Amino acid sequence: MESLSNRKKVVSNKKMTFMEKLYFPAILGGMWITFKHLFKKHNTVKYPEVKREFAPVYRGQHVLKRDEEGRENCTACGLCAVACPAEAITMTSEERKKGEEHLYREEKYAATYEINMLRCIFCGLCEEACPKEAIFLTDRLVPTYFERNDFIYGKDKLVEPVDQRVDISKRQLTGKRPA
Amino acid sequence: MIIKLIIVVALFAITLGIAAYLTLMERKVAAWMQDRIGPDRAGPFGLLQPLADGGKMFFKEDFRPTNADKWLFIIGPGIAMFTSLITGAVIPWAPAIQMATESIAIQVADVNIGILFIMGAVSIGVYGIMIGGWASNNKFALFGAIRASSQMISYELAMGVSVITIVMMTGSLSLNKIVDMQHGFWQDGWFSWNVFKQPICFVVFLITALAECNRAPFDLPECESELIGGYHTEYGAMKLGFFLFAEYVNMFISCAVISALFFGGYNFPGMDHFSGLTLTILGGLVFFAKTFFFIFVFMWIRWTLPRFRYDQLMHIGWKKMIPLALINLLITGVVIAYTEGWFSKNKDSESASNAKVEQPLGVNTSLEKTKTGNSL
Repeated sequence: MESLSNRKKVVSNKKMTFMEKLYFPAILGGMWITFKHLFKKHNTVKYPEVKREFAPVYRGQHVLKRDEEGRENCTACGLCAVACPAEAITMTSEERKKGEEHLYREEKYAATYEINMLRCIFCGLCEEACPKEAIFLTDRLVPTYFERNDFIYGKDKLVEPVDQRVDISKRQLTGKRPA
Repeated sequence: MIIKLIIVVALFAITLGIAAYLTLMERKVAAWMQDRIGPDRAGPFGLLQPLADGGKMFFKEDFRPTNADKWLFIIGPGIAMFTSLITGAVIPWAPAIQMATESIAIQVADVNIGILFIMGAVSIGVYGIMIGGWASNNKFALFGAIRASSQMISYELAMGVSVITIVMMTGSLSLNKIVDMQHGFWQDGWFSWNVFKQPICFVVFLITALAECNRAPFDLPECESELIGGYHTEYGAMKLGFFLFAEYVNMFISCAVISALFFGGYNFPGMDHFSGLTLTILGGLVFFAKTFFFIFVFMWIRWTLPRFRYDQLMHIGWKKMIPLALINLLITGVVIAYTEGWFSKNKDSESASNAKVEQPLGVNTSLEKTKTGNSL
């Protein structure tokens, strides 16, 4: 059968010719290749000073969004926890009391919401499952810690502060399937 | 006496300094050949990297395995370091400074058997590796030591034969004489450097020098991938540093020997226009430039070629290098005998010395014929 890649090479155990046995032509050829590489542009990114740009659809640390009035979107429905293949998400829900309308958008809200960043595989299924547009993955990196407990992110780290909104437009506007 | 002392100390310091910076050069060359940058964090362009590495070596725990032989374990790296450092003593680093009454040679000792001294010291260097590998009480270290000793002994033969060829052409074992013979660049209608008179000999010497230095593609004694470092598997701290350092000193010295034996040492084209101190400094610079070129070639080869298999190593050493060197030696001998007039009835010394000029060409052409004929 003809090979599709057109890169097929027939290997044979033929005896090496005298020139091949000398090794020197092959060695010089190899050295010429490495010599050419001396002057090629290097691909190194000097990390702490220079940071490579993430892909627009990069899936990093999660954020729990608030709406325009600063109320939390999450209603603790638990769909993200169900969708999560790594079982990284847990939460407890509570009923919104009188006078908390400016904090939570609907009657039910997540009292605690925890993502174990060691379990999380950053697949983005929670984002896909969420009916309230509450959880999104961002282009931020989860830093490293010395203790395992530190990787369990609560609402203090996940919910975006009112005055420091997290931009999610880049990932959300790129390559999204039409609704 | 004082001048000699200065030269000794200077040579010691320069050798160690160069060996230290060869580690950086090696890493840089490797990086560039692999499209990387290489170490650039310690100081500008990573120039302080060797100091950082050396400092690290000093502050590490001086570990010794329980079942290792204590004294041999210490002596091993010591011998390796010692032998590699003393080889630099007989190399003429620059043309002698001509003073009114005397001439000061830029050389620690003008031994009249200089090249023999180097060969001997290099042979003793095997003991450092062998003792170190044996004393570690570790199978990988022992394997490395065995490989190192068999490899170095095998390749020393071919190296010795190729050196004898040069010695026969010069008529002296003194490195001074060998370098002086290659005065300038063009002499008596042919290049004066030995590489143009003895190219086959040069190739043999270069390959065996690679093997003697345990450099890739002959780095079987310390192949990281199969022997975890070989003879220095069990070593750490500065004792490991000594082994690694000795290797780089060896590389520096063998490159200096290559440039002295084959590339005219401190001789350079148009050197007759200079004299005195200028000539000495220029000659020294030229010599170091040649040495560094060969060091670069060594590194270049290391980062290009994969390692030979053990049987291939022995095959090349015994079945190719030694016959090649021997045939080269034989032909050189015959040509020298012919030009000296041994075969002619009337021994005219005048015509003999004239005819000697033709010898290099004769060697080249006759050798090419033999090479193809013998299917080496």
